[in-house]
Parts: sequence; structure tokens; C-alpha cells
Amino acid sequence: MRSPAGVAAELCSTALAGDRRSLAKLLTAVENRTPVAEAALRTLYPLAGRAHLLGITGPPGAGKSTLVAALVGELRSAGRTVAVVAVDPSSPITGGAILGDRVRMQAYAGDRDVFIRSMAARGHAGGLASTTGAACAVLDAVGFEIVMIETVGTGQSEVEVAAAADTTVVLEAPEMGDEVQAIKAGLLEVADLVVVNKGDRPGAQRAASQLRAMLGGGRGGLHGPPVMITTAATGAGVPELLVAIDRRRAEGALRDDGAARLARAEAEVRGALADRIGRRLDEAGSATAREAAVRDVAAHRIDPYTAADELLAGLVGVEAGSRR
Amino acid sequence: MTDRPIKVLIAKPGLDGHDRGAKVLARGLRDEGFEVVYTGLRQTPEMVATAALQEDVDIVGLSILSGAHMTLVPRICQLLKAEGLADVLVTVGGIIPDDDVPALQAAGVSAVFGPGTTIAEVAGYLRANARPRE
Repeated sequence: MRSPAGVAAELCSTALAGDRRSLAKLLTAVENRTPVAEAALRTLYPLAGRAHLLGITGPPGAGKSTLVAALVGELRSAGRTVAVVAVDPSSPITGGAILGDRVRMQAYAGDRDVFIRSMAARGHAGGLASTTGAACAVLDAVGFEIVMIETVGTGQSEVEVAAAADTTVVLEAPEMGDEVQAIKAGLLEVADLVVVNKGDRPGAQRAASQLRAMLGGGRGGLHGPPVMITTAATGAGVPELLVAIDRRRAEGALRDDGAARLARAEAEVRGALADRIGRRLDEAGSATAREAAVRDVAAHRIDPYTAADELLAGLVGVEAGSRR
Repeated sequence: MTDRPIKVLIAKPGLDGHDRGAKVLARGLRDEGFEVVYTGLRQTPEMVATAALQEDVDIVGLSILSGAHMTLVPRICQLLKAEGLADVLVTVGGIIPDDDVPALQAAGVSAVFGPGTTIAEVAGYLRANARPRE
């Protein structure tokens, strides 16, 4: 049995040399949050930070996967390398999942400069899996120029992708709602670009004008984020969208998007911290205390905040003890 | 972690006209707690191998109704081996004559599931035979 550090070192060196199977194995380790993944990320994270991380989000059926496939085609015809992380929901009942985004992305078998990976959200609620950011860092580190993150089909408040991506594209379909929908807080607020897809359907122009009218004046400036129309299934509007995405990237580089990077780093650190705490609670020793606390809360003997404080105090004690 | 979900690719290589059976199986395995990558109709052997590689699946389940299994299945097994995926469990479902089963097994197929197999039987077999996970 080799050490996790040894396995990680070997996978990293072959993946960095271009081996796609090793890359796939690293992504599995990251998804499963194994010791191999932690060792690999120590090597790979400093190499990441060069790719353009592009988030694609929007409601189920708006055409995210089809648009991602169309963008991949456009990028490949320009000779640019691209990876896709496509997230689909996990069953809250069984933990199983149908990962169906590849159905629309099949034209690139044999092209080693395209790498598509499906991820189940595994109970994480923000529109991504808790490990999506780390998976993107791995794909970034091995040299993909663009890493697209396709979220689960979102409702109004799954905005996590905006922290994970440099540029966030929010997809809408025609006839999805009126002007009041467009001014509700949430998803549309985090859009760098808004795209009305299925542009060949009636109502697409009208939806785009309504969005343009209602999104201006906020943090996107007087005119709001650009609102574009695409028909991903035919490719119409996709070259123009890619131009807008690239322009956004260039502008970001000019205006020092340090704040966005800090926000992402903060989200990553907080995520890792929450993960560490969660794992400690599951470990033998803490599990008994946790179960007791949960029973006390269920019986209304203590409140959840007191229970959390007590468990946290117990964890810090364990940690301090282990350090001595 | 040993309790992570088993990841399975359900693929329909060749020119079958419908994928109802494959979708029912995909849904059934979801309900059994598997993570199921579903790729849709009319896959080439190269597409299946690429998907298996990139997704790092534990199992490739091929659904074929067209009668082309003796051409497609050995080709897919060969590509998987060439990609270094010899440890991935390959199973076939659909309309496969009994006489063809030994040849498919010789090509690298672990099990062939015919009409009437229950989801529970398939899930049980996959759990018992998927490669040991790291």
C-alpha cells in the first residue's frame, strides 16, 4: 500500500505531462476528498490561477449544456483548450444521480484538448458540488485555457458559481417571467453576462429587452450587464457571446479583480473549514457527542446554538490535545 | 473513503433507434444509489471510451438492441484496454443471443443481462463486482 503522498506525486507528475487518465483519477480523488486529493492540491494549487474560469448557470432546460457544447466548438475552432465541469443534482433519498450533461457534448471524442467531467452535487445546495472549485483548480493547473463550470439547473438563489468563476453567464429562456422576475434579488444580480437562449422562439427579443430595461442601474453600472441572444442548438449568437466573454476577461485583467479573487479564496477557505469541522464530528469519539447533542435538540432539552457551541468547544479541545 | 457512490457509464453504442431500456436502467441505478453518467443514443466506440476515461467510471454498461454487439463490444473493450482502463467492469444488456455470450466474455465482458433481468439483480451484481475503489 503506497502512501497518499506517493500516489499523489505520481498522479500529479503524469497529469501535468498530459496524461488524461491520471487527470481523471485526480478529479475522482478530489470529488471523494481523499488524502491523495489533499496531497495533490498542495502541489497543484500553486500552478493554478491562469485559466479563465467561466460559469454557466440558469434554470433547468434553459440550454446550458447545449450552450456549453456550442462554446466548446467555437473555442476549439480557434485552437483553444477547454475543460468542462458539469454538475447535476444528487438524490436526497439515495445519494444516486443521473449525470446527463454529456448527452449534448459528444462531438469531441478523440480531441485531447477537450476534457469533460460530470460531477454529482452530493447534497451540496449552492448549485455546485462542494469540491467543484478544487476540481477546477486541478484542470487549471494542468493547463486548460478555459475551464467552464456548468451548474445544476438553478432556481433563484443558487449563486455560488459567481464566487467560483471569473465570469458568470446567466442563461434565461424566453417566456420565463415578467419584469418583476427580472428585478428579484439573486441569480440575475451576479451575472456578468445575461443570455436569452432559444433565440428562435417567439418572445426572445421581448425577454431580452425587458431584461435590459430592468437590469440597468445596479452594481453592473448604469446599463447593467450585457444581455445577448443565442440559439445554442444552431450556434447563432455563440461567436458574439465568446467575444463578449473574452472582452470581460480582458477588462477584468485591466481593472485588477483582486476583490473577486479574495472573495473566491475566502469561499474556498470557509468551505474547507466547514468540511474539516464536519469530518471531525463524524470521527469516532466526536460522533457519540454529536449524536447525544442531536438527541437533546430533538427533545428540545437544549437549543441548536448551545449544542453547536458545546460540540465546537469539544473539537477545539481535541485539537489542542493532539498538538501537545 | 469506501462509501462513495459507485460511478457507472450507461452508453448506447451503435444505431439503435430508442433508449427507453437504457433510461429505465439509469433511473433504476440512480434509485439504487449509483452515480450514473448517461450519454444518449448513437455513440461510437471512441465516444464510449473517451467518456469512460474522462469520467473515471467504475463500470461501463452497454445497451445494444441492434444486433451489432459482436462488432461494437469487442472494439469498445479493446479501446478501454488501450486507454489503460482494463480494470473497469464491462457489462452488456439488450438483445444478445446466448450463443454470443462466450465470445463477448472472451473479449472482456464481465456479464450479459438479457430481457427480464431486474434492476435489483443488476445493482447487486455491479456492487459485488465493481473494481476495488481507492
